[in-house]
Amino acid sequence: MAFTNDQLERYSRHIILKEIGVKGQKRLLNGSVLVVGAGGLGAPVAEYLAAAGVGKIGIVDADNVDLSNLQRQIIHTTADIGKPKVISAAETMQAINPDVEVKPYQEFLYSGNVMDIVKDYDFVIDGTDNFPAKFLINDACVLTKTAFCHAGVIRFQGQLMTYVPGEGPCYRCVFKDPPPKGAVPTCREAGVIGAMVGVIGSLQAMEAVKYLTGAGELLTGSLLTYDALTNQFRKIKLPKDPDCAVCSDHPTITEPIDYEQAACDFDPKNPLNE
Amino acid sequence: MADINLDQIENRADITDVVCPVTFVKAKVALEELEPGDLIAIHMNDGEPVQNVPRSIKEEGHQILKLIDNEDGTYDLIVRRGEDDA
Repeated sequence: MAFTNDQLERYSRHIILKEIGVKGQKRLLNGSVLVVGAGGLGAPVAEYLAAAGVGKIGIVDADNVDLSNLQRQIIHTTADIGKPKVISAAETMQAINPDVEVKPYQEFLYSGNVMDIVKDYDFVIDGTDNFPAKFLINDACVLTKTAFCHAGVIRFQGQLMTYVPGEGPCYRCVFKDPPPKGAVPTCREAGVIGAMVGVIGSLQAMEAVKYLTGAGELLTGSLLTYDALTNQFRKIKLPKDPDCAVCSDHPTITEPIDYEQAACDFDPKNPLNE
Repeated sequence: MADINLDQIENRADITDVVCPVTFVKAKVALEELEPGDLIAIHMNDGEPVQNVPRSIKEEGHQILKLIDNEDGTYDLIVRRGEDDA
């Protein structure tokens, strides 16, 4: 594959980098990433990966754009309110870079579709806001031997880690099972700063770019946490769990599980559940 | 080194149709397609390209053998491709 002059210009700042170069840019153009969630985290990830020239980008979300999303989900605009998020996101991504193929999935991920969708991609981004989805993505990625980057954000805090098959722990090694219903507030209940999901989402995009190009080190075996109020980043080393239910040598989970959707049943119009 | 003749060099890259930083990018792409040790003549304009591109190529680990002034506002830079280290 030869670059056109337009491509050389578009990707010049990548190609100039010794760690990326021509090879790295070709890997990006031939690479594929699935972004689960076209929300706060998914927005910067999808925009940066489209801009970077990742050849095929899948984006999964069943929701429509809502006015309350726009404070942080910068891939959508006021004119997109009411539109399916994946359509709005795909339009922005194609406008940024017509070179890339965007595949929208306007559906919820669940045990019945997750394996089929995940298996078509080199790398997966967890940009979801609830624990059932996070465990579902983890298990599907472990079972299909697909690398992925987990992230979570709440209020002024965020975290991320990367799973690569055969290297370091998976999300379940660290977090075992979803917390009990109601034990942890969702960001709808707890609030979140828009720039927070921008910081953490951008770090996830960086992980995807590094995974595809082979540049540098990934957050495998490490959880990176960020506290915006104190400006502290911490990198916490995490071991693999030899008895992990999904990624150990003797797994008890051999297919994806649908946990009860506990987190996002909060109705903002009826906050006291009356 | 000084006796290398432009006619002896088969590999060519023309970067006169682009501007900075694509000049270097185009030269870099051409170099990456060669095998280590291969020679290439890179055709470039006077001014910014001839001031910056040879230095950037050198920093990438390639060897500059000769800069030929064509006396028409263009130059040909003869480069020996360095080893892969990435």
